[in-house]
Amino acid sequence: MAANYDYEEAPGTYDDVNRQDLGYDPNFVPDSVKSFVVHLYRHIREKNVYEIHQMYEISFQTLSNRLFKDTPWPSVDAVAHYVDNDQVFCLLYREMWFRHLYARLSPTLKQRIDSWDNYCSLFQVVLHRVVNMQLPNQWLWDMVDEFVYQFQSFCQYRAKMKNKTEQEIALLRQFDQAWNVYGVLNYLQAFVEKSNIIQILEQEKDGGEQFTATDGYDYSGGSNVLKVLGYFSMVGLLRVHCLLGDYQTGLKCLLPIDISQQGVYTSVIGSHIATIYHYGFANLMMRRYVEAIREFNKILLYIYKIKQFHEKSPQYEQILKKNEQMYALLAICLSLCPQAKLVEETVNSQLREKYGEKMSRMQRYDDEAFAIYDELFSYACPKFITPSAPSFEEPLVNYNQDAYRLQLKLFLYEVKQQQLLSGVRTFLKVYSTISLGKLANYMEVDEPTLRSILFTYKHKTHAVDSDGKIISNADLDFYIDDDMIHVVESKPVKRYGDYFLRQIVKFEGMITDMDRIKLE
Amino acid sequence: MGRETPKQQQQVSYTVEQLVAVNPYNPDILSDLENYVNEQVSSQTYSLEANLCLLRLYQFEPDRVSTQIVARILVKALMAMPAPDFNLCLFLIPERVQMEEQFKALIILSHYLETGRFRQFWDEAAKSRHVVEAVPGFEQAIQTYAIHVLSLTYQKIPRSVLAEAINIEGLSLDKFLEHQAANNGWILEKGQGQLIVLPRNEFNHPELKKSAADTVPLELITRIFPILG
Repeated sequence: MAANYDYEEAPGTYDDVNRQDLGYDPNFVPDSVKSFVVHLYRHIREKNVYEIHQMYEISFQTLSNRLFKDTPWPSVDAVAHYVDNDQVFCLLYREMWFRHLYARLSPTLKQRIDSWDNYCSLFQVVLHRVVNMQLPNQWLWDMVDEFVYQFQSFCQYRAKMKNKTEQEIALLRQFDQAWNVYGVLNYLQAFVEKSNIIQILEQEKDGGEQFTATDGYDYSGGSNVLKVLGYFSMVGLLRVHCLLGDYQTGLKCLLPIDISQQGVYTSVIGSHIATIYHYGFANLMMRRYVEAIREFNKILLYIYKIKQFHEKSPQYEQILKKNEQMYALLAICLSLCPQAKLVEETVNSQLREKYGEKMSRMQRYDDEAFAIYDELFSYACPKFITPSAPSFEEPLVNYNQDAYRLQLKLFLYEVKQQQLLSGVRTFLKVYSTISLGKLANYMEVDEPTLRSILFTYKHKTHAVDSDGKIISNADLDFYIDDDMIHVVESKPVKRYGDYFLRQIVKFEGMITDMDRIKLE
Repeated sequence: MGRETPKQQQQVSYTVEQLVAVNPYNPDILSDLENYVNEQVSSQTYSLEANLCLLRLYQFEPDRVSTQIVARILVKALMAMPAPDFNLCLFLIPERVQMEEQFKALIILSHYLETGRFRQFWDEAAKSRHVVEAVPGFEQAIQTYAIHVLSLTYQKIPRSVLAEAINIEGLSLDKFLEHQAANNGWILEKGQGQLIVLPRNEFNHPELKKSAADTVPLELITRIFPILG
């Protein structure tokens, strides 16, 4: 089994509230930080979304790089009096504080628990009080994204029971509600429901609501926070369900978002990538390979074009990582479902470069092939979790790999079932008709076995889509008449209708432009 | 459960579906969902969504797992083929549970169906009678799946191949074929080959598929109405 899956983390050290031996003073507030919080607080009060965004994206990163490379930001207690002890601002500050900690350092168990408490307080405020802020979509996405990430991280951490200290176990027992799966799912669900986002998206279609058109922002004096959190929570739910291995429900949670169009999910690059990555992965596990290929192709082409503009952004590394993972998933999909014409030229050449050799080996379906499927899957899959609380009675074991092992095992099982299909395709490509007897001979199997292989081919290449309809994924197909196989190659259909429509619209545009010139 | 009138049964399933839609992440609905599985079995209905919800809750509460209920969910999922429901359920069942004998047997049955090994499937199913016969409608559901795969593959199918796939022979098969000919457009060819002509669809008659490929959706045409007008 591939070793690169293991979630790495320094062993958590239990430290108490004093933090005296940490080598820094959490109460020391440099002037630049004082200035930062004062200005950020003012911009939030005055709803200057652009300024908030600049400070959040750029200033925070700059200060982190300069002053807090490997120490946390000053504690919230130290900065509170600069911002009128405003409760909501302090919750927001703490959220950023913990996010910085997770990114640069290793959180202790106590810190993980405190972060959970902070999210609970922050989410309660948004859900139950009237919040009068407008925050940038980037920030709101990061909140949901980080929330799910910290949940995933906690499950991984908790599942490694073997080397836990007495104090850690005591804390886990005491705070057994921290990061419990029900809490996480129910908060995300609460955002979706309370924000009414599903109805808003529905009504938007006939012009009854304005949401996507304003990028989620509220220009009538209200707040965008609940609505946009509700929107991003749908992506959050997709992500959590993928971590649990429930792909069907995950996709269902995403359904209100139309991914064939631009939307608020594309307004933040991180959200766009996370959505498509999980959507594609879920479709892959549900054997809807064509759908996965289509979406991976689109996003990989998009990333290729825009990544240069994100080189300075704090998300750049993540963008690159997800890019590589999706190429691996695309390689898997195309090996299981050869549909080369669905892939754009640019994406295809990148794919050949990264995985060309591996893909040809994967299609051989021998032991080496399975090792490559294993390797690519392990590299690219989400960090699956076991959501239930550990048992403290048994001999303490590490079970953090269990969920991943199960998903991998079932995936490879599916690959194995498709083992003989590659051989059949080679023959179907060469013949237009061939008798069952002859083909059985060439493939060195008896006729009943050949029939099974052909049934498997038909079954595996005809997926059931989300509406229950059968759709064919096969680029190469056949039918049998008594004992004669007739091969049918689906030629790429020239889409005349589409072409004419586009030309009509284009020429109309040109004529309109020419008319305008005459008038002037 | 058996005492409930049909109307009451309908009320229970309506409530369960609502629960799954509105409040799925809640351990309190676990026994409702378990009852619903039993109801699906006895009334020959099926709800993947509710069953996935239950399997998720089992994931969250491993000491409340009922392997009998899980087995029933898996049999119902098998009956939903060609949909991938069986695999979707397996993704949610911990490995150590899957190692139990009854689940190993079900996984083998699924494997045979996924790889078109119908004869082996029926042989193996006969050995697991106690599991599969506990769920009414099992045999018919698998036969429907077999016919689905045959219809994707064959234009004209020899009687013996059909018989093996649906596990019906002799007089019963004659009756079955008569029924299909009368209601589903099957044609029984006379002559030595004993061939059966299956209904035409886009999968066993590729020429039917091509004509659908170049249709343009109405909403795209509406874009040029102003120009044409």
